[in-house]
Amino acid sequence: MIRIENLVKRYGKKYALDSISLDISKGEVIGFLGPNGAGKSTTMNIITGYLSATSGNVYIDGIDLLSDPQTVKTMIGYLPEQPPLYVDMTVREYLNFVFDLKKCTYSRKKHIDEICSVVKIADVQNRVIRNLSKGYKQRVGIAQALVGNPPIIIFDEPTVGLDPKEIIEIRSLIRKLGEKHTVILSTHILSEVQVVCDRIIIIDSGRIIADKPTEELARVAGTNKKYNVKISGPLREVLSMLKEHPGVKSAEATGENDNGTYTFILETDANTDIRRSLFSALTEYNWPMMGLEEINASLEDIFISIVDSKYESEKSSEGTRASWDDADEEI
Amino acid sequence: MSAIFKREMLSYFTGAIGYVFIAVFLALTGGVFGICTLFMGKESSVSMFFIAMLFIYSIIVPLLTMKSFSEERKTRTEQLLLTSPVSLTGMVMGKFFSAYAMFAGSFVISCVNFYTLFRYGTPNVAVLVSYCVGILLIGAAYVAIGLFISALTENQLIAAIATIGTLIVMLVISFVNQYIDFYPVRFVLSWISIYSRFSNFTFGILDISSLLYYFSICFVFLFLTVRVYEKRRWA
Repeated sequence: MIRIENLVKRYGKKYALDSISLDISKGEVIGFLGPNGAGKSTTMNIITGYLSATSGNVYIDGIDLLSDPQTVKTMIGYLPEQPPLYVDMTVREYLNFVFDLKKCTYSRKKHIDEICSVVKIADVQNRVIRNLSKGYKQRVGIAQALVGNPPIIIFDEPTVGLDPKEIIEIRSLIRKLGEKHTVILSTHILSEVQVVCDRIIIIDSGRIIADKPTEELARVAGTNKKYNVKISGPLREVLSMLKEHPGVKSAEATGENDNGTYTFILETDANTDIRRSLFSALTEYNWPMMGLEEINASLEDIFISIVDSKYESEKSSEGTRASWDDADEEI
Repeated sequence: MSAIFKREMLSYFTGAIGYVFIAVFLALTGGVFGICTLFMGKESSVSMFFIAMLFIYSIIVPLLTMKSFSEERKTRTEQLLLTSPVSLTGMVMGKFFSAYAMFAGSFVISCVNFYTLFRYGTPNVAVLVSYCVGILLIGAAYVAIGLFISALTENQLIAAIATIGTLIVMLVISFVNQYIDFYPVRFVLSWISIYSRFSNFTFGILDISSLLYYFSICFVFLFLTVRVYEKRRWA
């Protein structure tokens, strides 16, 4: 459906994209993952024809983007990072405008009514976009991308700045869209792609550093488990006890909270669950556990691991397995 | 293109700018017409009026064009236009025709002023008509220049001021030109002087070279606007 060959985008001497190649088949839901400035938006902007690449080719459904941009653009719905809304129009006026702009041939009223009910904006149709909340504006942005029923839909960081409830709703909406469309979604939130996407592509400094199905990446990320434990008790004794606790691979104190309560980071195997045994052990010593939480892998950790593992595999052909760290999930 | 034209027209009238433009346009036209023509005696001459209007248009036309592209760029709505199946030329022409429709529409309404001339005087119809044609052409050139400058910046105010400055300079050059002795400079300056072409219309002549001149100004600046977008895509 989408084929990208050796895409390069250069700003002066700086490479925003450094030879990216991709093949996305019909019906896939792809997550572009990467830190800010990694080249996610640039890639999307090139696919949608907003920017031109310095070199390389983009084919949408076999059609070269440069040779027939008009046809290609009818096949893609795009929600940029900042939704392109004319704030002086009402939602309905705006969607009508987009309908005309995309030269759609459906029955206008039916098509727009349908979209409004899918993204749940039917109740604000006649309100001026300026007065809508951020969440509704985002939905109008999504509605705009759906006008004309394009086979490919591209979302650039669709959940940034939304409240948790809206985030969940938008994610489930995207998952629903993924049933009928090919969806590309960019984000810097790992859990988001894990929930929504079939396949994850990690981009860093303009290069693809990983391109894996979601389960595989999640497994790689979950080699070790980490816990954040708060314990009230004497620092040194608690620490030595934690280190000797069965199943614990490493323990370290990270700070003092309030009177005599310390925070520790524990690392264990993925398969061992130490929470029960740890609780009873602490009760024996009469050191109350003030808090315990599991920490999920963050994007940074996966980056480090992937870069490490690449480095390791380049260094030694034996293929020493890099250790995978887990830490705070970024939300 | 028609979608963009419709949206632009809608945005002139959902905000204040369309009404303000028409009101200011008609008030200034009426006022200047009164001072320059009606109070000047029995001649029914409109030349003073039209010369004054050239300057006034160069100040109020930028009101129409200042936000055409700069606002789109600032609010990122241009991303929608540029990723839609609309050609750059279509986008620029849609904006041009909507701004020009505002200008031409207001001008046509302001023509009711001339009724007084026919009622109480004996105006030269040929001169009047050729002046009107000239003004409509100059208006198109003004709008094209304004759109081009608007495409260069994200800031409406800068776009407006730069457009006013450019238009005034292009008008004043012909007056300055009389004092320049060096022929090549005078020759070059006369090319960018909007006013020197206008003088032919004063005699009631529809001069082909003047028509072509204004059409080419229009064409060049609209073409440059398209190029600005083309270049930004590659930058």
